[in-house]
Amino acid sequence: MADPQNLITVSGVSKAFPGVIALEGVEFTLRKGEIHALMGENGAGKSTLIKILTGVEQPDTGRIELENSAISIRSPQHAQDLGISTVYQEINLCTNISVAENIMLGHEPRRFGGIHWKKLNELARQALARLGIELDVTQPLGIYSIAIQQMVAIARALAIASAKVLILDEPTSSLDANETARLFAVMRSLKQAGIGIVFVTHFLDQVYEIVDRVTILRNGRFVGSFEIAALSRVELVAKMLGRVVDELQALAHDKDNSAQQTDNNQLIKASGLGLRGALEPLDLTVGVGEVLGIAGLLGSGRTELASLLFGIATPDSGSLVIDGQPVTRFSPQALIKRGVALCPEDRKAEGIVGELSIRENIILGLQGRYGWFKFIGRQKQTEIAEKYIKLLGIRTPSPDQLVKNLSGGNQQKVILARWLVTQPRLLILDEPTRGIDVGAKAEIQKLVLELVKDGMSIVFISSELEEVVRISDRIVVLRDHAKVAEYDHAVSDRTLMQTMAGEA
Amino acid sequence: MTQRLKLSVLRHGPLLTTITIFLLAYIIGAQLYPAMQRPQAFFNLFINNGFLLILGIGMTFVILTGGIDLSVGGVLALTTAASAALLNLGVSPLVVMPLMLVMGTMIGLGLGSLIHFFKVQPFIVTLMGLFFARGLAYIISLTSVTITDPLYKYLALTPIYLPFFAKAYIYIPTLVGPALLVVAVYLAYFTRFGRIVYAIGNNEQSAALMGFPVGRTKVLVYAFSGFCSALAGIVFSISLLAGYGQFATGVELDVIAAVVMGGTLLTGGVGNVIGTLFGILIEATIISILQYNGTLSSWWTRICVGVLTLIFIGIQSGFALRKKKS
Repeated sequence: MADPQNLITVSGVSKAFPGVIALEGVEFTLRKGEIHALMGENGAGKSTLIKILTGVEQPDTGRIELENSAISIRSPQHAQDLGISTVYQEINLCTNISVAENIMLGHEPRRFGGIHWKKLNELARQALARLGIELDVTQPLGIYSIAIQQMVAIARALAIASAKVLILDEPTSSLDANETARLFAVMRSLKQAGIGIVFVTHFLDQVYEIVDRVTILRNGRFVGSFEIAALSRVELVAKMLGRVVDELQALAHDKDNSAQQTDNNQLIKASGLGLRGALEPLDLTVGVGEVLGIAGLLGSGRTELASLLFGIATPDSGSLVIDGQPVTRFSPQALIKRGVALCPEDRKAEGIVGELSIRENIILGLQGRYGWFKFIGRQKQTEIAEKYIKLLGIRTPSPDQLVKNLSGGNQQKVILARWLVTQPRLLILDEPTRGIDVGAKAEIQKLVLELVKDGMSIVFISSELEEVVRISDRIVVLRDHAKVAEYDHAVSDRTLMQTMAGEA
Repeated sequence: MTQRLKLSVLRHGPLLTTITIFLLAYIIGAQLYPAMQRPQAFFNLFINNGFLLILGIGMTFVILTGGIDLSVGGVLALTTAASAALLNLGVSPLVVMPLMLVMGTMIGLGLGSLIHFFKVQPFIVTLMGLFFARGLAYIISLTSVTITDPLYKYLALTPIYLPFFAKAYIYIPTLVGPALLVVAVYLAYFTRFGRIVYAIGNNEQSAALMGFPVGRTKVLVYAFSGFCSALAGIVFSISLLAGYGQFATGVELDVIAAVVMGGTLLTGGVGNVIGTLFGILIEATIISILQYNGTLSSWWTRICVGVLTLIFIGIQSGFALRKKKS
C-alpha cells in the first residue's frame, strides 16, 4: 500500500468539538503532482480537515502519513517545517509590513546579525518572478489588490524551502476571471514541479477545469474520492447534497397550485443588479403575494443576492425598484423603512439575541422600526409577544423564556416573529430551515404559504431543492455568482440540480 | 515615480507632521523667549526629559503590538526607592544598577506572561503592575530618601562639554536615552523580533499562521518595557539623587500621549521610535516654554499636550483614509 507517489495519507481521522462531531472516519490521499479538490457544503468538515493538516487542530483519532511515514502535526510552524504550506481564504498576511517581508520573514537572510534588506528584497522579487509577477516589493502589502496579496501568500508558502504540499483554501473566491486564470497557470506549473495541491473551492466550473481528483465530505463524513473525469456534474452535486440521482427522478411532487401568478403586480424589480466579485448583474422580479425561490449551492451568490436586496451591500451596477420607487440609498435601515426584512442564514451570529427573552427579541424588531425613544409598555409588550407566539406556534412555557434555551426551529420562529411584527412587505428568508428538525421545517413552510396568502412577498433561499420546489411560485437558479436560469414551479428536482451543476 | 513619491509621503506623513509640529513649537518658543535660542536650552530638553524618552521607547514597542503598559511609572518609582534604600545600606552601585535592571525586566516578564498565557487585557494587568510597583515603593520608604553614593553623585554632577557648541553641556545619564534609541531602531528594523512586533500589531492571528512566535514576542515586548522602566528609574534617581514612591506620578499617560503624537497607532502595527523621540521633544518644548514664561500654571502643559494629541490623531486618520483610497 506504500505507494511512493503518496504525499499525504489521512486515514480514519475523527474530530469532535463540544456538542458537534466535525469529522468522522475521514480518508484522504494526496499524490505528488496532483491537484485535489476538497468539496462539501457548509459544515461538511472541510475546514476542520484543513486545520488538522496545518496543525491548528489535533485529530482525536486516526493516522496521518507524510510520504508514507506517520506524523503528528503540532502547530502551523511545524506544518511548514514538514513542507505543508497553506494559503487561507482570508489571506493571512500582515498588510502593514512590506511585500518582501511578508514573503521572507521567518527565514530572512542576515548580515552582521541583522536583516540583510537588500538580499531579502532580491529574494522576494525572485520568488514573485517565479509566479510571473513583478512589483515593488518594498511597499507595504496593503496597497496591492486582493489578487496580488493572494499571489504573495502563495509565494510565501513556496519560499519555505521544502514545500511539498500546498493547501489553497478557497483562493478564487475574491478573484475575477483574469486573476483566476493567472492563479491556475501558477497552479499548473507547481503541479509540473511535483507539488501536491489541495484545492478547496465551491466553483464547479473551476473544479472541472483544473482538478485531477476530488474528495467529497458531507456532515463531517467521508463520501468518497473520485477521478474527476469519471464523475459527472450531477453526480458530484448529488454526492455533496446527499441524494441518489435515481431516487430524485422517481420523486413526485405536488405543488400547491392555489398561489396565483401575479406578474402585473410587481413589488420588487431588479434590473442588472450586481456587485463586482459578489454577483454578476441579474434581473429579478418578485410579485405581490409571490414566493420566489432561489436555488444554488453554497458560494453560488445566494447570500450575496440577499444582502444586496436588504442593503447590506451596495450594488455597483443596475437598479432596484420597490413598488415603483427606485432605491437610492442602500442600507438595511433604508430598506427596512421600505418594508424589506431579512432572516439571515446564520441566525446565531446575525439574528437573535440569545441572552434576551422571546418578548424582548420580538420587541427589538419594533424598536428598530419606531426608534429607541418610543416607549412600549410592559403589558403591551407581553400582548404582542403572546400574539406571535400563538400565531407561529412557538413552543415555550412563557414569553419571558430566554431565546437561547429554545430549539433551533423555535429560535427561527422568534426571528420570523421579530420581522413580522414590523409588517414587512418583502421577507427574505436565507436558509430558514437549516439545522432544524423535520416537523419544524414543515411548520415554517406552511407559515410561508400562509403569509403569502395575506399578500406578503417572500424570497426563499434554500439549498434543499425539495423545499424550494414545494413552496415557490417561480425559481431562480444561481451558479458561480450569476443567475443561470428561471423556472416556474413545475420544474423537477433533477432539472434544478442539473442547472445548479451547470449541465443543463 | 510620482506615484512612488505620493505613497512615500503618505507613509511618512505622520512622522513628518510630528517633526514639523516640534520645529514650529520650538521656533515659536525661541521667538517669545530668546533664552531658548541658546543651544543649551535645546540640550536641556534631553537632560530634563531623558527618562521620558527611555520610557517612550519601551512603550512604543508595547503599543506596536497593540498592547499598552501602564506600569512604567510604578516600576520607575520602585526602582528609585529600591536603589536609594540599597545604596544607603552600603551596597555597591555596580551591583544595584544591574539588579534594578533585572528587577524591571522580571516585572515586565511577569506582566507579559499574565497577558499572554492567561489572556487578560494588557490594560488591567499593567494597571495592577502599576499599583503593585508603586505600593512596593512606599513599603520601602514612606518619605523621600536621599542618595549619597559617590558614584551617583559623580554621574549626576559632572557635566560633559560638547564639541562645536560653546559652553553647551550634558550629563552622562543624558546619553542613555539617545543610545537606547539607536539600539531600538536597530531592534525595530534589523531584527526578526522587531519585524514580528509590527506583524503582530497588524494582525495577531495572521502572524501566528505565518508561523511567527507570537507568544514569545509579546512577552518579550513587556519585558523590554520593564527593562526600560528600570533604566529610566536609574537615570531619574541619578538626576534627583533621591528615591521616592511618589516620583513621576501619572507619567505613563504622558508617555502614551508622546508615543501617539509620534505617530504610533494605539491599535498597533504602525509607528516608530523616531516618532516617539519627537513626540517627547514636543512635550518637553511645551514644558520649557511654560518654565521660561514662569507665570502660567504648569497644568497648561497638560492642556497643550491634550489638544496637540487630539489634533495629531485627526491628522493621522486623514492620512490613513487617504492611504486606503490610493
